[in-house]
This record gives sequence, structure tokens and C-alpha cells, in this order.
Amino acid sequence: MNRKDKDASRIVLSPSMKLADLIELNYSLLIVLSRLGIDLGFGENTVEEVCRDRNIDINSFLLICGIYTYDDYIAPNELLRDGNPLDVVRYLHSSHAFYLEDELKKLETSLEDLVTPCDVSQKKVIFKFFSEYKKEVENHFAYEEETVFPYVAAMMQGTVRDGYSIEQFEENHSNIDEKLNDLKNIVMKYLPSVCDTVLRNSVLYHIFFLEEDLDKHTLIENNVLVPMVNRLEENERRK
Amino acid sequence: MKEGNSKKVLLIIPSRIMVRGIEGVFNDLGEFRVEGILSDISRTSETRLKNMDADIIIIDPIVFDYATRPVGRSVIAEYSDAAVVALQTAVMEDDLWKQYDEVINVYDSPATIIKKMRSALTSRLDVPKSDSHELSTREKEILICVAKGMLNKEIADLYNISIYTVITHRKNITRKTGIKTVAGLTVYALLNNLIDSSAVE
Repeated sequence: MNRKDKDASRIVLSPSMKLADLIELNYSLLIVLSRLGIDLGFGENTVEEVCRDRNIDINSFLLICGIYTYDDYIAPNELLRDGNPLDVVRYLHSSHAFYLEDELKKLETSLEDLVTPCDVSQKKVIFKFFSEYKKEVENHFAYEEETVFPYVAAMMQGTVRDGYSIEQFEENHSNIDEKLNDLKNIVMKYLPSVCDTVLRNSVLYHIFFLEEDLDKHTLIENNVLVPMVNRLEENERRK
Repeated sequence: MKEGNSKKVLLIIPSRIMVRGIEGVFNDLGEFRVEGILSDISRTSETRLKNMDADIIIIDPIVFDYATRPVGRSVIAEYSDAAVVALQTAVMEDDLWKQYDEVINVYDSPATIIKKMRSALTSRLDVPKSDSHELSTREKEILICVAKGMLNKEIADLYNISIYTVITHRKNITRKTGIKTVAGLTVYALLNNLIDSSAVE
């Protein structure tokens, strides 16, 4: 999974790699494939071939995979320059849907099961906490869906309206990881011992996975989308 | 690298060209954002330094006079607990650079600069913390107030302590419990029977 920079052991992700080898290198990329609409069963095809078939910009694909694979990844200039921000947006959009429609619902159901043996007041405060968290995530995503993504699309079509810039996105980009981290600590350290250990573990696995995935999601926004759009804005100003 | 949001950077650099260059690097690569620029270490700069909640400071030690330079890092520490990176624009004694969390050379590539910024931040996170893990009586009292939705100012008035003391207690509570948000602290307080459900409405 997330390999550290150990010089020789570090494989540079390239267009000529077989897609299967890329997944072998880091299997958490499976989720990236499904969010980009790349189905399994790609045989011996290379990254480049699969991207071409699915009409996905290879630069954006490599950037997303790079961030997912290496914790200390620094997006190369050429990829940022040549990448298509719309493909990054497409990826971010489908991961939003994935979080809201699949992951948070699943987490909520398993959390409900977990706290079944607790007191009414304990249940109440935990459900209240979770619904606040859900609301926060929804608002956070809604801002991106309603303001940021349309702005990027308009920018690409050259029909950009005045008064907004990607800099404002950075300023409004709130933290949504705090509450999830709190939930993790509550489930791990403070739930009463009447709660089932197996369920507790599975909720914790789920939270750890979500935490890491949301972290990568934010890195893709801040270190790929924002710098790409910064470049577009600069070109626009030079016109 | 846990926090996703871009890190706030304060520049204390007299040269406009250097400032623009650094802003350009951060603009190209995201992750870090210049929040403030000071061109010297005057009285007014000190106030801004104190008020700004920067994650990391980049300073050209040329702003210190010759006698202050060897202790420059601790001068900054009086006003801010941010990580401090030196920008090497002139030749100075070797020892002088060692006090900083990292040193950026003017010929460093953008990727190297980002790497050094990251390493400076991590080195700050590793600062050893006090060993007690249990909440003290005062911390419990303050936690109860927070869980009930009281503001820092109200808590300070209630216990007749300064607002800074309240903030320090809150930081310690978060460090010990691992819980950051008010909503999370409320859950903690209820699960540990520090408040009852009537307090949460």
C-alpha cells in the first residue's frame, strides 16, 4: 500500500505499465478504477490503452494514482500542465456519490447495530453526533458540487464568470476529518463494554478506511485540482 | 500528512523577488499557502506574528542584526509555535542554520522546497508531550462546560481565569482524549457520566 520513498524500491507510474501491475503495486487503486468507470477484465492492456479506450485523460489518471500510492507524492509539473481538470472533477464527483450513497449509509447502519445494547441517552447522543457529521459532509460536498465544479467546467469552456477564483475554494475548504477522527476515538476508547467486540472492530476498520480515503480525496483537490486551475487562471489573465 | 487543508505560511523576507518566487512555487503545487508577508522584525511585525496562526514560517535570517542571528529561532519562538524554515540568501556561519527546522536554498527546485516544508512540519509534530493521560479535575470541569455549549469567554468568567488558560486546558483535553470537536466532547462527557442527557437537550 502506501509505500515510503525508498529510492530504488519506488516505481514510477507510467503510461506503458500494465494496468494489472499497477493494481498489484497498490490494490487500493481498485476503488479509483471503479470511480472512473473502468471495469475489471482489462486483460493485458496497459494504463495508456485502457485510458484511451475509456476516454480518460492519462495525465489526470496518473496524478490520481500517484497520490493514492505514495504518501509523499509531489505532482510533476508536466502532468499538471497537460492534465485535464474535467477528468479530475469527474473523479471527485463520483467519489462524493460513493461516500454519500454507499459508505456513510453503511457506516450508519453498522454503528446503529453496535450501540444497540447501550442506554437510550447514550444512543441518542451518538446518533445526534453522527447525523451532525453527515450533515457536515453533505454541506462540504454540496459547496464543491454547486460552486467549484461548475466553475472549473466554465473555465474549460472559456465562459468564466467574474468574481470567483479557485483561491476562494482554498479559503472555504473546511475540515471534515475532525468529526470522523472523534468518532474513531469514541468507538475505540469510550463506548461501554456491553458493545460487541466484533462489530466494534468492523466499524473501526471502516472508519480507518474512510479516513484514509477522504484524506487522499482532499489531497487530490488541493494538490492536483487547485494547481491545475491556478494554471488555467494564469493563462486567462495573460490573454 | 493528515490534515488535508493547505498549510498557512508566513514569510519574513525583505526581498520582494524572493517573496514572489516562493508564492509562485506554492501556487503551482498547492498544499501550502502564503497567508502573510513581513519584510522585517519591527514592533508592528511582532504583533502580527503573534496574532497570525501560521503553521510554518519562512524567514530570511538577514532580518536579524548580527548579534541576534545566532538566537533568531528563539526570537520567533517567543511569538509563535509554528515550524520555522530559514531561507538561505546569503553566506552565514554554518552553526547559524542548525537552529532552524529546515533550510531552503535559493537554488532548490520547487519539489525540494515542498519536501523541506513537509519535513519541517513533521519535525514540529514530534515535540515530546507531557506524560499524564488522565484528565485533571479542572480539565473535567472545563470539559463539562464545553459539552454544555459554553463559550471560552463564559468559561473564563465562571472560573475567574483568563481566556488563554481556558484555551490551554481545551488543548490538553483534546490531546489526552483525542477528541477535537465540541460535538465529540459532548459524546465523551455523556459516555463518562460527566453530564446527563438533560444537559444535551
